[in-house]
Amino acid sequence: MKSVTCKQLCKTYHQGEVEVIGLDHVDLEINEGGFVCLSAPSGGGKTTLLNAIGGLDTPDSGKIWLAGERIDTLGKGELANMRLHRIGFVFQAYNLIPVLTARENIEFVMEVQGVPADEREKRSTAILREVGLEGLGDRRPAQMSGGQQQRVAVARAIVSKPALVLADEPTANLDSHTAEQLMELFVELNEHHGTTFVIATHDQRVMRYAKRVIHMLDGKVVDDERRDVA
Amino acid sequence: MNQFKMILRLAWRNLWRNHRRTLIMIAAIVIGAWSMIFMTALMRGMVDDMVADGISVLPGHVQIHHPDYRDDPTIANVIAPPSGELLEALGGAEVVAWATRVRVPAVISSERDTRGVTLVGIEPLRERDISFVAGDVVEGEFLTSPDDRGLVIGRKLVEKLETGLGKRVVVMSQDQENEIADRGFRIVGIFESKLAQYEEGFVFAGETVVQKLLGVGDQISEVAILGSDYRNVETLFRSIEAAAGDGVETLPWNEIDSYLGSMLAVMDGFVIVFIVVVFLALSFGLVNTLVMAVFERVREIGLMLALGMTPRSILGQIVTESVLLLIIGLVIGNVAAIATIEPLKDGIDVSIVGEGMEMMGASSVLYPALYLKDIVMANLIVIILGFFASLSPAWRASKYDPIRAITKV
Repeated sequence: MKSVTCKQLCKTYHQGEVEVIGLDHVDLEINEGGFVCLSAPSGGGKTTLLNAIGGLDTPDSGKIWLAGERIDTLGKGELANMRLHRIGFVFQAYNLIPVLTARENIEFVMEVQGVPADEREKRSTAILREVGLEGLGDRRPAQMSGGQQQRVAVARAIVSKPALVLADEPTANLDSHTAEQLMELFVELNEHHGTTFVIATHDQRVMRYAKRVIHMLDGKVVDDERRDVA
Repeated sequence: MNQFKMILRLAWRNLWRNHRRTLIMIAAIVIGAWSMIFMTALMRGMVDDMVADGISVLPGHVQIHHPDYRDDPTIANVIAPPSGELLEALGGAEVVAWATRVRVPAVISSERDTRGVTLVGIEPLRERDISFVAGDVVEGEFLTSPDDRGLVIGRKLVEKLETGLGKRVVVMSQDQENEIADRGFRIVGIFESKLAQYEEGFVFAGETVVQKLLGVGDQISEVAILGSDYRNVETLFRSIEAAAGDGVETLPWNEIDSYLGSMLAVMDGFVIVFIVVVFLALSFGLVNTLVMAVFERVREIGLMLALGMTPRSILGQIVTESVLLLIIGLVIGNVAAIATIEPLKDGIDVSIVGEGMEMMGASSVLYPALYLKDIVMANLIVIILGFFASLSPAWRASKYDPIRAITKV
């Protein structure tokens, strides 16, 4: 079963009078349970592709399916519902809601989903422990380091066990030890829960964990490298 | 429910992100709410006073008279005194007091001057409960019975006629045959009224004496009936009208004195206009506050949208923020207004502008009147209009594109 299918995706941005190609006829298939890294230099199109897959940005042309359902034709409300229930997001920066504590940030998606309070608390307590933030649940983002904030964001993305996690430079603000812990957590979720991961990165430490690395340049897929992960 | 709790929590916390801005906005709402309620209470008090004075002058709450009496208030248009079914109705629980009167235009002369007045023949014991005059006699005494041959007149009229207590005056009118009917009266009482026009315009004599003077037997000009609340006379009016029958005209006070009646309606309209105007001034601050709050949180709103929060929830969050702001301001504003009005309930002396007030038919002491319906109306108008005012920034926030919002610098 394909988790993600993209056919002939094109996206062009306008920066003033300059036309920037974000995606140039991208064809892509990611199986369920895949652990894929999108690798590209800055402006290579990896974030644009990630946003298109996540229903955050609409392509100019082409088609996208998530778990067999076409999403490029969905309305805003349907896309919001799809993101809420099927995708976990980790953004590069500005990941947390400043007025909520770490625990409340983690519970945010579950709360919107309508998960009961006791269940939310149970899951957020467990995930806080898993990401090494036990005892920091009551802190607001401003009281945490960048790495801690990113771990809270990761915890929020995976706590509701989505089928697909899209992460944009998730280790960008983390030290190597924390980055390693985080990637091991991703791998564990991938292996034990079958969660599909698509990670946009140019961090070699992250790519080491990928089963597949898709290299992009100027909005095109230039190489699709399948790996045997140790 | 989960969503609502979350929206409420987010709205509440966001409200206090910028304490100073929130407190300034709350202060503006407090002042607005205070002024709405306080000024409304003053205006209501003034109008109530005018209406109550107007009613106490003579009309009562309901009046019965000859169908032509209002067009031609002379002795030609008299009616029989209450009897039978009407008398029974006048004894009903809704009737607080009632009295009959003979009321005609007349001329009063002293040895110095002559003035046009309204001569009112009254039943003193019954009249005591209805109109102002008995309680306002400041010199001499009030009439004791319908046969009392004395005359009670106003202080200002005494001054104009250059007469005084114990002196004789002549009152002249027309009888039913259009012949001059006159009679000498000794002034037994002098009354003072809040309004000069009453002191100059009315003289009171015993009803039987006036009936004899005018040769009308036991016939009367009107029956005045007092209920318990001048704002709610419909039931009383209907029952009296039914009992009085078709041969007479029965009217509630607001039709008898249409100026006073329309005053209440105008006041209701004025209160709404006043509240809306104050709110409009407030709304600029409110919308500005919300626009700033949304502008500062563009990336955060984008994040929430990206995570799957619906645009409707974003809209709800901003509107909730606005409503919370309004509720806090209104609660404090209400308490402040009530705390200001309560100590002033005994009256505010506005005698410095007493003459102007008198021209409007109001007295020189203002008694603020705080009505629950005015408080509810002010609060409802502010909340409802505030809700609509906040829709614009909330709508804009809900329409953000998640990715553009998250990446906004």
